[in-house]
Amino acid sequence: MKDYLLFVVFPYVSVAVMLVVSWLRYVYFRHQFTSLSSEFLESKELFWGSVPWHYGILFVLLGHLVAFMFPREILVWNQIPLRLLILEVTALVFGLMALVGIILLIIRRVTHPRIRHVTSTMDIVVLLVLLLQVATGVGIAVFYRWGSSWYAASLVPYLRSLFVFKPNVEYIVGMPLLIKIHVLSAFSIIGLLSFTRLIHFLVIPINYLWRPYQLVIWNWDRKKIRKAPRSQ
Amino acid sequence: MDIRSQISVVFHLDKCIGCHTCSVACKNVWTDRKGAEYMWWNNVETKPGTGYPTQWENQEEYKGGWVKKGKKITLKGAGKLQGFKNIFHNPNLPTIDDYYEPWTYRYEDLFNAPEGDDQPTARPISLLTGKNMEIKAGPNWDDDLGGSPDYARKDPNLKDMAKIEQDALFQVEKMVMFYLPRICNHCLNPSCLAACPSGAIYKRGEDGVVLINQNRCRAWRMCVTACPYKKTYYNWSTGKSEKCILCYPRLETGQAPACMHSCVGRIRYLGVMLYDADRIHEIAAAEESDLVDLQREMILDPFDPRVIEKAQENGVHFSVIEHAQRSPVYRFVKEWKMALPLHPEYRTLPMLFYVPPLVPIMGSSEGDLYDTDSEDLFTTIEKSRLPVQYLASLFTAGNQGQIREVLKKMIAVRLYRREVTVGDIGKEYMEQHLREAGLDEKTAEAIYRLTSLANFEDRFVIPANHREEAIAALDTEFEKKGATGFGFRMKPERGM
Repeated sequence: MKDYLLFVVFPYVSVAVMLVVSWLRYVYFRHQFTSLSSEFLESKELFWGSVPWHYGILFVLLGHLVAFMFPREILVWNQIPLRLLILEVTALVFGLMALVGIILLIIRRVTHPRIRHVTSTMDIVVLLVLLLQVATGVGIAVFYRWGSSWYAASLVPYLRSLFVFKPNVEYIVGMPLLIKIHVLSAFSIIGLLSFTRLIHFLVIPINYLWRPYQLVIWNWDRKKIRKAPRSQ
Repeated sequence: MDIRSQISVVFHLDKCIGCHTCSVACKNVWTDRKGAEYMWWNNVETKPGTGYPTQWENQEEYKGGWVKKGKKITLKGAGKLQGFKNIFHNPNLPTIDDYYEPWTYRYEDLFNAPEGDDQPTARPISLLTGKNMEIKAGPNWDDDLGGSPDYARKDPNLKDMAKIEQDALFQVEKMVMFYLPRICNHCLNPSCLAACPSGAIYKRGEDGVVLINQNRCRAWRMCVTACPYKKTYYNWSTGKSEKCILCYPRLETGQAPACMHSCVGRIRYLGVMLYDADRIHEIAAAEESDLVDLQREMILDPFDPRVIEKAQENGVHFSVIEHAQRSPVYRFVKEWKMALPLHPEYRTLPMLFYVPPLVPIMGSSEGDLYDTDSEDLFTTIEKSRLPVQYLASLFTAGNQGQIREVLKKMIAVRLYRREVTVGDIGKEYMEQHLREAGLDEKTAEAIYRLTSLANFEDRFVIPANHREEAIAALDTEFEKKGATGFGFRMKPERGM
């Protein structure tokens, strides 16, 4: 029952909260959708925290996503030990980058007086949860090796069972505590996302890549006006 | 031809007295709130000087504006790939210390201080942290310090001048300065807009005002880097960028923007100009020496029947065309060719134009004698205290000929008026100057009138904004009647 609550109900509630609250905030409080960058107040320390953090976490997240989508292909790839080693080492390097980054970001946020002034409770909460997430992730990579293989074989089926609404906790209940914590904190981050500045993750401005540089907005319908009889 | 109308502005620097009334009017109306204390959408700089934010013209550091690459232009410090590369940390973003740390004073200490032998003081406290602070810089910190080593000597516009010329500029007897008021230029090819990843910045089609949608801004901060004039500002409290809105709520009700309305020296002119939007790309990518002329060429004659016809086809209301015909900006920029864009080499096609200042020699010193000779009151350009090269660096991307043309006209108009009012310089002498400047007496009179005697309605020719057409664009104007509005009504509060 406890496992069912933790690994089925909690994930669904988190995702539902994320979807509903983000949607509500997007519709009614869009002004709050911002990354709340503090670079303007402090730039130097931010570089050493923000850059490794973002590149590290994005690569690691991508790895999780790829394995979730193509577990078989990952397992096939990992059959050759050298390939497995390369994958594991790269993932660990990016994981460590993220870990160093988040630690530096926490230090910056706590020690810098100007940054302290623009720090809310939720900012601290989110940083601590992220630290927990990355620290357990790196811990798992070190203590439970070859995660790219066993994640694809044993944990992806659990996540997929949630994804298709046929939850099956069999895969997760036998996992070591560290891994369980990692999974739970991941879902709590999803749940917290829409209440924090992490919400900027949902509005990555990807369409900038293909939109024209200039943007002109007309108050009137130009086509209609061109066709209409002249006003004098 | 894609004819659009643009609200454009002329600042007549010869008349600016540097009183900062414009800055204060703007501050009181728009930026007197948390996170915006340091912002001066309108500011007045002393030139030569480093400006606000410090050294904003140094694009090697701030990487603002466009650069020409082959036949095209690209953003210097932002853009699609560079923007994403720098999104986690933007190395070219100025920080608040490049402006100044905003502060207030502990005024209550003046009232609460215990009785004693000394005067109570109000200590400055930071508006960022609320702690005691030492003030190191502030708005107009370099005000009037035209010859100072810390400010004037570090003006980026001096970099092309020889050391000996620079030294001449800073001799005590020849020390010179003038004021440069700056607001957003509401450019035709805005780089802030092009750099915004979220598409929050846009140009209004009807009047060309460039605005930031506060609901769409996500604090990616690229606009601050990309604007070479540093006229977009990051609000550190709300996490949104802000900029001069040209007081569009005032414009829409036919009032002049607050900075212009309050201008004591009456240096500001506002009106509409018609231009050909099809030529923006071509002209923004032109050779540097052609930029001023081509931008002028892009502005169209509102009396030309073909222009009128095409403009109306494009939805420009006839009342707008009528106002374009009376536009004081059109006369200064296009007809008289006296107003020039600030730093055209940034290639944003700014639509705020400056009549450069004429800084004549009013006196000369020999030994202990300080002589003010009225013979020299109407001096030649060559003897002007402010080197033409310096003005050219500001207004014509280095083309000194274009500056000379304008200064010649200004001197000719002065001589014309001297002849009319005093009559001591000789009609021939005056006419020769007018000829050399390419003016006739009628034009000189018109320039004199618009420069010196212009009334409020001569300086501000603001067309109606035709909201009715905006409502018609929604197709259901009858449904909207009696209904509530659907504007943005949230307090600008910091996100979670």
